[in-house]
Amino acid sequence: MTEKREEKTRGAGLDDQRRATGTQGIGAQGTGAQGIGAQPTGAKAPGAQATGAQATAAERQMAQRLADMLAGYEARPGIADELRGPDGEMRPVWQQFMCNLARQSPEAISDAFGRGDKYLRDAGVFFRHYSEDASTERDWPLSHVPVLIDADEWAGIEAGLAQRADLLERVMADLYGPGDLVKSGQLPAALVAQNPEWLHPLVGITPPGGHFLHFLAFEIGRSPDGTWFVLGDRTQAPSGAGFALENRVATSRVFSDFYPRARVERLAPFFRTFRDALSDLRLGHDSRIGILTPGQHNDTYFEHIYIARYLGIPLLEGEDLTVEDGQAMIRTVDGPRPISVLWRRLDGHMADPLELDEGSRLGTPGLIGALRSGQLTLVNALGSGVLESRAMLAFLPAIARSLLGEPLRLPNIATWWCGAEAERAYVSAHTDQMMIGPALSTTLPFEIDATTVLGGRFRGTARPSIDAWIKAEGAQLVGQEAVTLSTTPAWVDGGLQPRPMTVRVFAARTAQGWRIMPGGYARIGRTEDATALAMQRGGSVADVWIVGDSPVAAPPPATSAPQRSRSGALPSRAADNLFWLGRYVERAEATIRLVRAYQLRLAETGSPDDALPAWLRAQAETIGLDLSQPVPEALNGLLSAAITCASKVRDRFSVDGWRALQDLADSARRMRRSAGAGDDAAQALGVLLRKITGFSGLVHENMYRSSGWRFLTLGRSLERAEQMAAYLAWLTAPDAPEGCLGIAVEIGDSVMTHQRRYRGSSNPVTVLDLLALDDRNPRSILFQLDDIRDQTDRLPGALRNGQRSDLSRAVLRLHTDLAICTPAELDPDRLHALRGGLGNLSSLLHAAYLS
Amino acid sequence: MHYDLRLEISYSYDSPASNGRHLLRLMPLALPGEQTLLDGALTISPRPDERHDRRDFFGNPTTEIVFRQPVKDLVLSLRARVRRMALAPSLDLSPDLDRLARDLASIDALGPDAPHHFRAASPRVALSPKMTAYARDQLAPGMTALQIVTRIGRALHRDMRFEAGATDVNTPPLAAFTARRGVCQDYSHIMIACLRGVGIPAGYVSGFLRTIPPDGQPRLEGADAMHAWVRAWCGPDNGWVQYDPTNDLLVGADHIVTALGRDYADVAPVRGVLRTAGGQDSEQKVDVLPLQPN
Repeated sequence: MTEKREEKTRGAGLDDQRRATGTQGIGAQGTGAQGIGAQPTGAKAPGAQATGAQATAAERQMAQRLADMLAGYEARPGIADELRGPDGEMRPVWQQFMCNLARQSPEAISDAFGRGDKYLRDAGVFFRHYSEDASTERDWPLSHVPVLIDADEWAGIEAGLAQRADLLERVMADLYGPGDLVKSGQLPAALVAQNPEWLHPLVGITPPGGHFLHFLAFEIGRSPDGTWFVLGDRTQAPSGAGFALENRVATSRVFSDFYPRARVERLAPFFRTFRDALSDLRLGHDSRIGILTPGQHNDTYFEHIYIARYLGIPLLEGEDLTVEDGQAMIRTVDGPRPISVLWRRLDGHMADPLELDEGSRLGTPGLIGALRSGQLTLVNALGSGVLESRAMLAFLPAIARSLLGEPLRLPNIATWWCGAEAERAYVSAHTDQMMIGPALSTTLPFEIDATTVLGGRFRGTARPSIDAWIKAEGAQLVGQEAVTLSTTPAWVDGGLQPRPMTVRVFAARTAQGWRIMPGGYARIGRTEDATALAMQRGGSVADVWIVGDSPVAAPPPATSAPQRSRSGALPSRAADNLFWLGRYVERAEATIRLVRAYQLRLAETGSPDDALPAWLRAQAETIGLDLSQPVPEALNGLLSAAITCASKVRDRFSVDGWRALQDLADSARRMRRSAGAGDDAAQALGVLLRKITGFSGLVHENMYRSSGWRFLTLGRSLERAEQMAAYLAWLTAPDAPEGCLGIAVEIGDSVMTHQRRYRGSSNPVTVLDLLALDDRNPRSILFQLDDIRDQTDRLPGALRNGQRSDLSRAVLRLHTDLAICTPAELDPDRLHALRGGLGNLSSLLHAAYLS
Repeated sequence: MHYDLRLEISYSYDSPASNGRHLLRLMPLALPGEQTLLDGALTISPRPDERHDRRDFFGNPTTEIVFRQPVKDLVLSLRARVRRMALAPSLDLSPDLDRLARDLASIDALGPDAPHHFRAASPRVALSPKMTAYARDQLAPGMTALQIVTRIGRALHRDMRFEAGATDVNTPPLAAFTARRGVCQDYSHIMIACLRGVGIPAGYVSGFLRTIPPDGQPRLEGADAMHAWVRAWCGPDNGWVQYDPTNDLLVGADHIVTALGRDYADVAPVRGVLRTAGGQDSEQKVDVLPLQPN
């Protein structure tokens, strides 16, 4: 009870302070002070302890520029500002940075900012914006000016957050263990039992290493009195660490001259340490680590890809995993492989449809079984989302004193749970200074929704009265102090403007205890209104620089040998997507070639009703291709399917390859709308063919010959062979009209070879000889079967104890059948049978490796 | 009362199902003072590659089985002998709703029986203003929690029509309530939503009914398959009280409890994940034979 009273006192204290700052805000007093503040700051160039009289001309000029640049920067009275200290002077940590900025012309600054944006675009960094009916990928909203924080001040934040991380671990261990916090009345039972993030199947399961939490994030802000406080804890699957890295790379390009000497703490050592910590969590050194993602529809999927690539850890989906006798396994093309550490980016309740959310298609049935048997560590443990609820913040200060025996070093946002009478009364009496919202919500205080009361008013649908609401639904509500955040400089319309900000800071558990990332990811408000911080509401993000006194040591060169080979067995799901990517792209190419041949005939005769075009249209219809469309819709469908496959394996796919594929699909969509029949369409299709060749070139020339590449190329070969068999069966049929053989040769891209070899005379035998049986023609079926044979022989298990796999035998049989064939024997029936044989290879491949 | 209980559930899959993993909650519970499990065996055919027997959070016996290879037909058979001592409450010691709320707030517990788990929405039971309004309409000033439970149960029994096939296992409670028809699962979910809506913690009970009624009494609905009913927390003195809205009665010795949970998702007799392309057929046979006249 004493503790709770203390808590209230703190709330009241802040309340008093607010009134004090409010007074300051009245009248021009505050603004005046800021105006004066700008002058002395400007006069203080770095190292310029000397008086104005002794300063050199260059220094005076510098000082003037700085003053000019900051003249319009007026922090709002009564709130803290990152650039200017409480005395209105520029904080020393910013001086070098600002001088450097002031030295540049507006054009140079704008060019530099453009460099950062270009880097982000080229790297494929985007964020997903959700509107009512769609989600779209938007440019990454980088606010180019970083937030600078002095290393000494940061040390205090680090100590506070490390303490908080320890506290959260203790609370977590209790909530899934003895439950003493509830039994002793320190935490209301209802807030735990009714919290959808408290996952009761996990009660009683202790992680193998004894720790529940390994990677955390905290949203922190600076209050008007200049001290830092915590707005929320991210304990489930915190996002943003990868974004912090990307922001750093982009920002260091913007300030490429200045950054190297700016004494900014580097981020890489933090990630290296965390990766080592993950590696240490493994049980047995042949077991693996993975990152578990909900997949491409998640709004931070890009970050999952990025961090997986950066750390060299495979990105897995629930479907990639299976559990055998309590051991989690990756389903790979080489059979199940044990995995003992998963960095989880998937929400807890989705993780296991057997024991948790039964509708989840993103999880792995039996995953909790692996946790129960103590053979798997999840980073963080399932159920850790319970710590994120707003109501928890009302109780943590007192719990810190009881569990740790000391107060929180960094306070958190003052929070009152309206399920208790005294607290409810306090909130009711102070609604004008409160944000009131759902107690179990895990969103951050500034992510305000329609059910929130802010400043004494409902944000959304009006209700009869706030008092009645609090009375009726008290246990479901919390009041949180309506905080004022500090502002930081953002570049707006060619000048610096103060904008509200919060910083997300990351903590990783290492053998030496919690390590805090030196820096983070700042959210910058779009306007002066702090509720516009969220990116979804137009906010932007900035890098955070922790600046020390001494130069930053260059990272030491890696001395130890690489710890794990990158050539770990390929997950079956990835192989499946690569295989189908190969197939779809090849099918698109075959389609383009046929359509182009048709459109060229139209361009020659201009009459779609002639025998040949009419016959081609009828044939195409049997495979769902509408040749009356100059660029058929079916083509867009194939390219979309290819992109869907590629998007599921983006961590294995180069950025260039991804862009080439998107460019191809975009072009096809454009041409679908614009191209007219005949020559116009033929031209457009020619462009698409060159683009598709560009993509194939990237795959063939640049892609590492991993087993991933092998499945991609197998998909391509099988599809090419199948398509050619199908086309030849039509085009060499006895009833095919005059001109079909020419089309076959054209589709087979073998016009010149055919001309040279057969001197212009074409008949089914010459065409079949060249396009089915010539093992030196990359468009021929036999050539593709050669390739299929070579690649399948290198697949895992193709030859075991001298015995060939089913697939390997089937490939050999089909290859031999075709190789001993004469062109005359290859009638349409035989070609159809060949096609069936190729389809069978695909099925065997699926059964052996891809399912 | 002693019962011999036999249950057989069989599945047959059109295209053999691979990688099957199921969670079974079929074995009757041991409940001190209410129900004793004298003997019981659960057999599974074909024999699964893995079988793990344990208890879940709510204390229900749970069997997890795994099939790595495709399975075309699956048969789950249960034989159990149960002694059932539970009686319907004869004294109403329950508080009114305001007192109940205060009693609830004073309970600092997170154990499986703690009423806090059963107060808010759960996976299969969303609270809805419609059902809450319906429940409120049944209330009169000063009613005790136990009276409210009986009143709401009776009202549902009156207003709903028992109709097999009108709903399926995934029908949301609100849909069944709007149509005013369904089976025991729907009755129970709706009653739970109503009770939670007015502030009474309520949970889901799965189990069995005796198939042959005592002399001179009608056969109860739901005796030919597994049954479901409701438990409600009526304050510290009465504790958990069970009510069967499908048959409009306070539960006594005719009901045998298999599993307790917040809603069907927690107690589903067979919860499973498997990949199958084709359809499936399932069949359930139940026999609950009283051994001694009571």
